[in-house]
Amino acid sequence: MKQIVAVLTVIAALVVFWYVACIPMNIKGVLTEQERAGAEVQPPSAKDRRDMGEFGLVLNNSFAIPATWEQDRPRLPAPHQVAVELWETTVLKKITSKRSLIYHGWVTLSATMLGFAIGTGLGILLAVGIVHSRVMDLSVMPWAIVSQTIPIIALAPMIIVVLYSVGIQGIIPKAIISAYLSFFPVVVGMVKGLRSPDAMQLDLLRTYSASRSQGFWKLQLPASMPYLFTSLKIGIAASLVGAIVGELPTGAVAGLGARLLAGSYYGQTVQIWSALFAAAILAACLVGLLGVVERAVLKRMGMAQ
Amino acid sequence: MNTESTTQPVIEARQLDLTFQTNDGPVHALKDVDLTIDKGDFVSFIGPSGCGKTTFLRCIAALETPTGGTLTVNGMTPDEARRNRAYGYVFQAAGLYPWRTISKNIKLPLEIMGFSAAEQQERVKNVLELVDLEGFGEKFPWQLSGGMQQRASIARALAFDADILLMDEPFGALDEIVRDHLNEQLLALWARTEKTIGFVTHSIPEAVYLSTKIVVMSPRPGRITDVIDSPLPKERPLDIRDSPEFIEVAHRVREGLRAGHGDDV
Repeated sequence: MKQIVAVLTVIAALVVFWYVACIPMNIKGVLTEQERAGAEVQPPSAKDRRDMGEFGLVLNNSFAIPATWEQDRPRLPAPHQVAVELWETTVLKKITSKRSLIYHGWVTLSATMLGFAIGTGLGILLAVGIVHSRVMDLSVMPWAIVSQTIPIIALAPMIIVVLYSVGIQGIIPKAIISAYLSFFPVVVGMVKGLRSPDAMQLDLLRTYSASRSQGFWKLQLPASMPYLFTSLKIGIAASLVGAIVGELPTGAVAGLGARLLAGSYYGQTVQIWSALFAAAILAACLVGLLGVVERAVLKRMGMAQ
Repeated sequence: MNTESTTQPVIEARQLDLTFQTNDGPVHALKDVDLTIDKGDFVSFIGPSGCGKTTFLRCIAALETPTGGTLTVNGMTPDEARRNRAYGYVFQAAGLYPWRTISKNIKLPLEIMGFSAAEQQERVKNVLELVDLEGFGEKFPWQLSGGMQQRASIARALAFDADILLMDEPFGALDEIVRDHLNEQLLALWARTEKTIGFVTHSIPEAVYLSTKIVVMSPRPGRITDVIDSPLPKERPLDIRDSPEFIEVAHRVREGLRAGHGDDV
C-alpha cells in the first residue's frame, strides 16, 4: 500500500511538473493568439513581447495561463492533450485507418519482432562461437563493441540505401537495423552466462570425462538462461528503437517513426508526443511480456524459487 | 574391473613432484610424495592450507598433471583410470545444478556416461537410499539443507559405482553437528560399499575418526611428514572420540602438523 502511494506520488509530481512547464513554453504563442482574438495583453507590442522573458510574460498575463494547456499546436502539449490524442488514434480510430496508432504500431512492431529474432539468433550464435573459440573471442568481440559505438542514426540511411540498391526494401531493412541494435546485449549477456559455471563445475564434468558438447548442453546453456533473459529485455527495447530509427530516413509512410516524422514536418506536436508515448508503452509491454516468459521458463527449470 | 586389485595397491605414488608456474615464480606444490593406498583403505589427508593435500587428490583424479615421479591408479595412469570410471569426486561445495532435481542431478554422470534410462532410474534409487535421501529425488537443490545437498553430491559421485571415492573437504562448509552426523553416515556407507576413500580435511578429529590411514602433510614445498595407520577398530561409534586410543592418534597427528610447520607458526 505504501509503495502504491509512493509510486502515485511520483507520477503526480511528474504530471504537475509537466503542466507547469507548459505555461512558459506556450505563453508566447498563446498571447499572439489572444491578441489576434482581441484580448488585452501586456506588453501589447509583439516586438516587446519577443524580447521579454517567458516568466515575465506569464506574470503580466496570468489570465492566459489556462489557454497554454489548450492550444492546437503547442510547443509543449499538456498531458491531457496527449492522452486524448492517444485515445482518439487508438480506440476511436479504425485499425485500417492511416491515422490509427494501432496500425502504425503494428507496422513498427512487426519490424521489431523480426529484427529481434534475427538479433537474438545472431547474438546467441556469436556468443557460442566466442566462448568456444579463442580466435573468435579475439576477432569478433572487438568488432561487436565497435559496431555499437557508431551512431545508428548515421548508419541507418546507409543500410537502407545499400539494401535498396540490391532490391531489398520494406520490412527487411528496418529489421536489420533493429537486429543491429539488439544483437549486442545478447552477445554480451550470453557470453557472460555461458562462462558463468565456476572452475569446480568444469572440474566435475572433467571427472566424468564429459565431451565439450555435453558440457555445453548440460551445463553452460542452462546456466546461461537467467543471463539470456536479462539481455533479451534490453535487446527488445533496443530493437524497437532500431525499427523506429529505420523508419526515419526513408520517409516511410507507416510506422511509429513515420508518425514522428510527419508530426515534425507539420508542427503537430501532439501527434509527435502521442507517437512517443505509444512507442514507450509498446516497449514496456514487450519487456513486461518477456518478464512473464522469463518467470515461466525459470520456474519450469526450477531456478525461480 | 581389475582382477589383480586385491594384490596390487589401488593408488601408488612414487617420488611425485608438481611445480606450478605462476607469475610470482614457480610454486612447489608437491615434492617427493611417496604413498601407497590399498583397496578398502580410508585415507585422510590433513595439513594446513597450501600443503598440497588437495593438489595430490587432484593429481589422482587427473585434474592436475604431476611434473615428476610416477602415479598409478588401479595400475593405470590417472587419465586412463578416469576414462575407466575409477573414481567419483566430491568437491567442497555440493555443486548441484539448480535447474535439475536431486534425481536428475544424480543422473548427470550417468547421462554423460551413456547408461540406459532404466539403469539410471535403478541406480538413482540405490544411491539415494545409500545416502539416506529417499523421497527427496524430486526436490530441487534449494529445497534441501546444506548437509542434504552435500549428501546428494556424494550420491552423484557414487552413482556410476567407481571403487574409489575422492573427497575434497566435503564437509568443510557445514556446521559441527551436521558434520558429525555426516561423518557417521560416511563411515556406514564406506562399510557397506567397501570403497577406497581419499579424504581431504582440515579437522584433526574428523581425520582420526574416519580414517584407517592418516597422511599428515606440510607446506612449502608440499610433502608428507607422517603416515599414521590407525589402531582404531573398523566399527566406530561417535563416542570413540573420547577413548585413549583416539586421543593418542589425534595427539600424534597434531605433533606431525607442528613438526611440519617448522618455525612458520
